[in-house]
Amino acid sequence: MKVQFTFNGSKVEWDVHPGETLFETIRREGYYGTKRGCNTGDCGTCTVLINGDPVNSCQVFTASLEGSEVRTIEGVVYRDRKTGEVIRHPVQEKFVEAGAIQCGYCIPGMVLSAIGLLEKNPNPSEEEIRRALDGNICRCTGYVKQIEAVKEAAKALASGAYHPAPNRA
Amino acid sequence: MDQQKIHGMDLYEELNPKTFRTVGHNVRKVDGLGLACGLPAFVDDETFPHLLHARLLTSPHAHARIRSIDTTAAEAVEGVVCILHAFNTEPIRHTTAGQGYPEPSPYDTVMFDTKVRHVGDKVAVVAAETEAAAVEAVRKIRVDYEILPAVFDPEEAISGEAPVIHDEEDFSGVLGSDPKRNLAAGIEAELGKIDEALQECAVVAEGRYDLGYAQHCPLEPHSCISYLDENDRLVIKTATQVPFHARRITAQVLKKNIRDIRVIKPRVGGGFGAKQEVILEYICGAVTLRTGRPCRLVMTRTEEFITARTRHPHIVKISVGADKDGMIRAIKMDALSNTGAYGSHGLTVVCNAGSKTLPLYNKTKAVYFRARAAYTNLPVGGAYRGYGGTQGYFALECAVDELAEKLGMDPIEIRKKNHIREGEGSPVFAVLGEGKEGIEQTLKSCELDACLDRGAEAFGWHEKRKRPPDEGPVKRGIGMCALMQGSGIPEIDMAAATLRMNEDGSFQLRVGATDIGTGSDTVLAQIAAEALTVPVEKIQVVSSDTDHTPFDVGAYASSTTYISGGAVKRAAYKMRDLVASIAGEMLNLPSEKIHLADGKAVSEDGKSLPFDKIALRAYYSQNQQHPITSASFYSPESPPPFAAHFAEVAVDTETGQIKVLDYVAAVDCGVAIHPRLAEGQAEGAVLNGISYALTEEYVFDGNGRMVNSSFSDYKIFSMRDLPPIRTILVDSFEPSGPFGAKSIAEININGPIPAIANAVYDAVGIRLKRIPFTPESVLAALEERG
Repeated sequence: MKVQFTFNGSKVEWDVHPGETLFETIRREGYYGTKRGCNTGDCGTCTVLINGDPVNSCQVFTASLEGSEVRTIEGVVYRDRKTGEVIRHPVQEKFVEAGAIQCGYCIPGMVLSAIGLLEKNPNPSEEEIRRALDGNICRCTGYVKQIEAVKEAAKALASGAYHPAPNRA
Repeated sequence: MDQQKIHGMDLYEELNPKTFRTVGHNVRKVDGLGLACGLPAFVDDETFPHLLHARLLTSPHAHARIRSIDTTAAEAVEGVVCILHAFNTEPIRHTTAGQGYPEPSPYDTVMFDTKVRHVGDKVAVVAAETEAAAVEAVRKIRVDYEILPAVFDPEEAISGEAPVIHDEEDFSGVLGSDPKRNLAAGIEAELGKIDEALQECAVVAEGRYDLGYAQHCPLEPHSCISYLDENDRLVIKTATQVPFHARRITAQVLKKNIRDIRVIKPRVGGGFGAKQEVILEYICGAVTLRTGRPCRLVMTRTEEFITARTRHPHIVKISVGADKDGMIRAIKMDALSNTGAYGSHGLTVVCNAGSKTLPLYNKTKAVYFRARAAYTNLPVGGAYRGYGGTQGYFALECAVDELAEKLGMDPIEIRKKNHIREGEGSPVFAVLGEGKEGIEQTLKSCELDACLDRGAEAFGWHEKRKRPPDEGPVKRGIGMCALMQGSGIPEIDMAAATLRMNEDGSFQLRVGATDIGTGSDTVLAQIAAEALTVPVEKIQVVSSDTDHTPFDVGAYASSTTYISGGAVKRAAYKMRDLVASIAGEMLNLPSEKIHLADGKAVSEDGKSLPFDKIALRAYYSQNQQHPITSASFYSPESPPPFAAHFAEVAVDTETGQIKVLDYVAAVDCGVAIHPRLAEGQAEGAVLNGISYALTEEYVFDGNGRMVNSSFSDYKIFSMRDLPPIRTILVDSFEPSGPFGAKSIAEININGPIPAIANAVYDAVGIRLKRIPFTPESVLAALEERG
């Protein structure tokens, strides 16, 4: 069946099996930034943003997304088409600076959960950060530096230097 | 030690860390930005034309013989290409433990056996055009099992009355193996006369400590893709901690030449020991060799829990005695591990329950240690961060806490009185090694006193000890422990490194060392940059490809910074000499009159040549050569890192709930090459340890089947569960380590269990001796206390 939605800023119409999950669709389409950790919705590594909310893509049928807006990790980093410069989201930069990344497997999901939080709540408390990222399990870091990274990203966003990717639709 | 002195690099080099330009600084992690952007970096982030998708069929029975396998219905599923099982593959007895050769683990495993020994044991693999077809075909394989009696309790297993798990004729054992009694391995050692020494002690603390199954839970499951290259060589891209051992063991099981196999390790999504195991590589490779097609095999999360590897459960019985002044004079430890159905790491893990703990208190008159690893029909143990140390320290550090209480001493004081110090050794080092005799060593660095003092100060230990008991049902308490580990396996672990000067005067560093998220690519680049006086951006790292990088044993035993770092430093020192000699030719000076500084060769009389000029001359102008150096490194010693951990808990006496209120880990890891990454290692290990202490547990039904093999039922800590954790890296310098470094990867997982147990005792007067410390177990103990 065909389903139309906005994917990383572009309108797409993809042919999917009715029982296919968004996770399966994304990867078949060649977007490998979304990772599989459990396939049961318990670990958060396959998190994407659907209409701005972090969701485990292994638990969503693609067929249910008609008219939705889906963002994956590939959608929050872009190249300036004039200069070729890579523009990353401050959450990504701050994760690196804070030492919040060890193996990196949970990181795309965690970055998207953090972006989902900061878009709604630009100045979250530590408790709000913990609640927003609680569904993203990390076994390497002990979370300490990830909380710090989200706080730093909130400050960087407040400075206004970052501009999200232009709509490519 | 002469062989260790090469090209001006003494094994024991005294340097001033304050002068370091790159080491000790938080440079940008070399793979950080790509990972933050989710770039395709892991095994399963790439597809291949004509790729087959493989799935495993695993045993539903704990112990059974396979009479026959009928694949007719499975083969009829559209898209099924290949099914391999015991009756169409060759049984090559081996161990999956990715250790050096010869492995100190019994050869008790074949790829697909005619006998299954635990629920989750491998029975067959199906490779098909789609994953869905493979899953369907797995369901349609008919296996005729003859169910055998099973044994799940390690004490019962070795009683002589239990069913024999390994009755195969081609079993090949290690130290202490006695498969007829279900003993995978064992070792016994006595220094002095233990019973006499214990009798002479004024106080003795005794106990039995039980630790159950746990899984590493790397977020990336075991993943593997194999294919044939244009020369018909087998290429295996795999999530491994041990690419070179994986190549050797795959060659062994598939009866191929080592040279005809290439193993590539891309980014790896965590390992913690689980990926030191060679499980999938030869299965995937067998499908590719049989079909000529690329094959992908990724474990499910349930398979991670029951088919991959676990932490060996242990029963540790201990008696520790001290004289009236608080000097620890006798330690008797008896460790029985449950290695599950196969003996992977069985000998060495249980051995390390003693060898990583007993040297900490080296003023003893007698030490006794017995270690045995029992086969049972349960999931298979393997390497897991801490590697026996976690198990041993639960017993030792709780018993020492009891001694302190009996003597009326501060728990910090008894440790200060007894712990090993710089310039000292322990007879245990020589007696207990990794599955064999050990290596004598004298410590060249030990800042445990600084760990104890700075940790206590940051934690507020002395103030909190003076606090009056809490009113009401929730009681707070504090506990602590001291720890040591090692840095690599002495005289066994070897790493090599190659440096190539690029035409622009930068360098390519090639290492077999295996970054599994630990940051070793970054740390090794820093070591090279420091030695070559360039910023870390001038070091490009290529790692972990058996075709393109030199050998390294891999990421285990807390070895990489120390062992691989030693190889990198040595190769870099050789490169310094080479660059100086080329510069000498250019300046008409002997190379001894030239040194390197700020990316330049500088002569005594003040002339200088930038590296790019030197490189261009070497490549193109005169006496042409590609400046390349290589070096290997192994160490006659394994300098231990040290740590002091402090925990504050609140125990709810009405619900039995334990909450960690505060946690401080003060660590001596030598010079921290990258302090932030080192802190991250400590924090991750501490949280994993807390999680193991409080919630992580395998629950089995009566037939040996794990009933909670998912993240919703097996609880690992998430962000909201995180207590405050503070890490303190104390100043330390290890003369035998690269720029003063020792290890940090494993040690900190060993602290939370004893520190929390001791804090619970301080809070409510119960000694918990079995993890996890669940509310039920706390309430039961409170009731017993009365």
